[in-house]
Amino acid sequence: MSASGSTQECFDRKGRIAARFAKLKAEGRGALMPFVEAYDPDPATSMALLRGLPGAGADLIEIGVPFSDPMADGPTIQLAAQRALKAGGSLAGALAMVRDFRREDDDTPIVLMGYLNPILSYGIESFCTEAACSGVDGLIVVDLPPEEAAELAVPAREQGLDLIRLVAPTTDEERLPRVLEGTSGFIYYVSIAGVTGTRSATRDALADAIPRLRRHTDLPIAIGFGIRSPQQAAEAVQLADGAVVASALIATLADCLDERGRARPDTLRRVLDQVRELAEAVRGARVTS
Amino acid sequence: MNQQPLPNSLRQGPDLRGRFGEFGGRYVAETLMPVIQEVEQAYNAARNDPAFMAEWRRLLKDYVGRPSPLWLCERLTAHCAAESGRDDLGARIYFKREELNHTGAHKINAVLGQILLARRMGKPRIIAETGAGQHGVATATACALFGLKCVVYMGATDVERQAPNVFRMKLLGAEVIPVTSGAGTLKDAMNDAMRDWVANVADTYYCIGTVAGPAPFPQMVRDFQCVIGEETRQQILAAEGRLPDALVCAVGGGSSAMGLFHPFLDDKDVAIYGVEAAGRGMDTAEHAASLNRGRPGVLHGNRTYLLQDGDGQIQEAHSISAGLDYPGIGPEHSWLHEIGRVTYVGATDDEALAAFQLCSRLEGIIPALESAHGLAHVLKLAPTLRRDQTIILNLSGRGDKDIFTVAKHLGEQL
Ligand SMILES: Cc1ncc(COP(=O)(O)O)c(C=O)c1O
Repeated sequence: MSASGSTQECFDRKGRIAARFAKLKAEGRGALMPFVEAYDPDPATSMALLRGLPGAGADLIEIGVPFSDPMADGPTIQLAAQRALKAGGSLAGALAMVRDFRREDDDTPIVLMGYLNPILSYGIESFCTEAACSGVDGLIVVDLPPEEAAELAVPAREQGLDLIRLVAPTTDEERLPRVLEGTSGFIYYVSIAGVTGTRSATRDALADAIPRLRRHTDLPIAIGFGIRSPQQAAEAVQLADGAVVASALIATLADCLDERGRARPDTLRRVLDQVRELAEAVRGARVTS
Repeated sequence: MNQQPLPNSLRQGPDLRGRFGEFGGRYVAETLMPVIQEVEQAYNAARNDPAFMAEWRRLLKDYVGRPSPLWLCERLTAHCAAESGRDDLGARIYFKREELNHTGAHKINAVLGQILLARRMGKPRIIAETGAGQHGVATATACALFGLKCVVYMGATDVERQAPNVFRMKLLGAEVIPVTSGAGTLKDAMNDAMRDWVANVADTYYCIGTVAGPAPFPQMVRDFQCVIGEETRQQILAAEGRLPDALVCAVGGGSSAMGLFHPFLDDKDVAIYGVEAAGRGMDTAEHAASLNRGRPGVLHGNRTYLLQDGDGQIQEAHSISAGLDYPGIGPEHSWLHEIGRVTYVGATDDEALAAFQLCSRLEGIIPALESAHGLAHVLKLAPTLRRDQTIILNLSGRGDKDIFTVAKHLGEQL
C-alpha cells in the first residue's frame, strides 16, 4: 500500500538531529520545536507554514500525521486531525510534504509524530525506507511503548531514522532505563500526565524532573505538552534542550480560519508571528545548566 | 477460576507479552504504561487470592443472582423445526440467560471483578466507556454499591438511542459525559475514557467493558466472564448428559462471547459461532463486521482486526445495536478467527429486528438487540441441525433499553 515512488530523488543525509543539537549547544541555547499538523487546514497552507517555520525561528520541526483516533491528544489537535483528514491528509501526504520541504532546506531536522496504525497500514519496511528518503530524521509514535517497539525500531535504525521515546511524569526510576534503551536523537519529556493542549507543568515540577532524567541519559531533552507562551518556552529551554509547542500554534491557526474552516489571507502570518515570538524568547533565555 | 489448561490447549493465552498469536499486546502512551502494569500485577495477585475470588463469587451469587438459568426454548425449537420442512431437523435451542442478571446483562460479571480490583488497588474514582449503556449501568451500579465515584463516557449518538440507560446511570449516581468526537459512538467513548485515564492515573481505574484494550484487560475481562461458560457446561451436562453441538453469541468487543466460548475451546466437537453486526449488509459500507471485512491494525491499546481505510484511518462502524457498533474486536477473537476455531458470521439490522420480535412472542423474553443478532444466526443454524442436537445461545442482555429504537424502526410512536 506504499504510496509515492521511492524512485524519486532521495535526501538521505543522516544525523540532522544530532548536528542541530550540537550546533545549538555550541551557541549556548536551546531549540524551539514547533508542531504542524500535515494538511491542516489544507495541503497548500500547511506546506506554506512548514516552509515558513525555519525563517520564523524553528530549530527543529515536528509534523503531526493525521489519525482518526488521536488518543493522546486533547480537543485542539483532535480538531486539527479532523480538518487534515477532511483535506485528504495521510501518512503518504506527510511524507510528500517533507520531500518538498527538503528541496529547499537540507538542515532543519524533521520529526514525524503520530500513531502506529497508519504506519502499519503503509507497511513498516517501506515506510521507513521512504521516510528516510524523503528527508525525515526522526519518528515519535505515541502509542508504541518500548515493550512493543522492536518491529519499528529495527527497520528505523537501519534507515538512520531516530526513534524518539516519550518519557512521562509517571515513568519511574526503575522503568526509565528500559524506556531510554535504544532511543536516539533526543528524549521527549511529556511534562504532564494528560493529553495535549490541556494543562501545563509548573516550573518546579520541571526543575525536579529534568535533572532526574539527565542522570540517565546524555541525549538532548525536549519538553512538550503544555508549553504555550514565550515565557513557558524560555523556562523549558533553561532546564532542558528544547521546547515543543503544538496546541498553542494550532489554536491560533484554528482561530484564523473562516466560518467554513478555510484559511484566510492572514492565517499563515499570524501563526508564523507567534513562532517568531516564541523563538525570540527561546533565544533570549540564558542557559543555566 | 479456570481449570488448569492442557499443554496443547487453546485456553493458554495470552503469552507473557499479552498476545494471542500476533494479536493483543499493549499499545498505549508511555504515561499509561506504569498504571497498566500496576493493574496487571494487582490482577495476578488477586486471582490467586482465595479471599478475593470468594468475595467476587459471593457478589455474583447474592447480588447478581447467579447462576443464571439455562432455558430450553421449546417454542423457538418447534418454530425452527417447522422452518426446516423436515421431520428430522431442528436442533434444540437453549438460552443462557444472562439477561436475568442484576442490571440486565452479562457486563456486571466482569465489572464486579474489576471494581473489587480497583478497591484493592486503592483507586477511588472509576471511569468506563459504554455503547448500549449496559456496561455503564453495571459500572455505575457497582460504584454505588461500594461508594466509588463513577464517570461514564458515552457517544452522543448512543446517549440518544439508549436514553433509558442514561437516566439509570444518573439515578445510580454516575456522571455521564456525552462524547461528540467522531460519530459519537463506542469507539469515540473509548478514546475519551483513555484520555481521562491519562490525565488521572493516580486515583482512577479504567473499568473496560469488553475483552479489548491493552493487556491485561482482554484476559482479565474474559476470565471474569468465563463464569458464563463454566456454568453453561455444568448445566448442559445436567440437562442433556453431553456437551452442546453449537454455541452462538453476538460479538461487539466480544466479552459475552469469550465468556461462553472459552471453557469449550478445547472441546473439538462443539462448533462455535460468533455473530458480527452486519448492519445494512456486510457488502455495504455500513456494518460492524471487523473480522469479516476488516484487517489487522492497532487501536485502543491492542493489535486486532479493525475496520479501516487504505491509509490506516479507522472507519466508523454501523449497527442498529449500540453495543455492537464498534470497528474493532477483542484480540483473542482475531486469533480464534485466524486459527479457524471459531466461525464468525454476520447478522443484519433487519435480521436482528426480526429475531427480536420472534423471541418476544415465542419465548416471552424481550432480548437486547445485541443478543438478537446471535439469535438471528441461531434461527439460520437450528433448522440445519438434527433434532437430537443442541445449540446454546448466550442471551447476553434484556431488551428494555432497546424498545424505543425498535419502536422507531417499526414505525410506532411511544
Ligand atoms: C446485552 C449486550 N450484549 C452484548 C454486548 C456486546 O459486547 P460484548 O461483545 O463485549 O459482549 C453488549 C454491549 O453493550 C450488550 O449490552
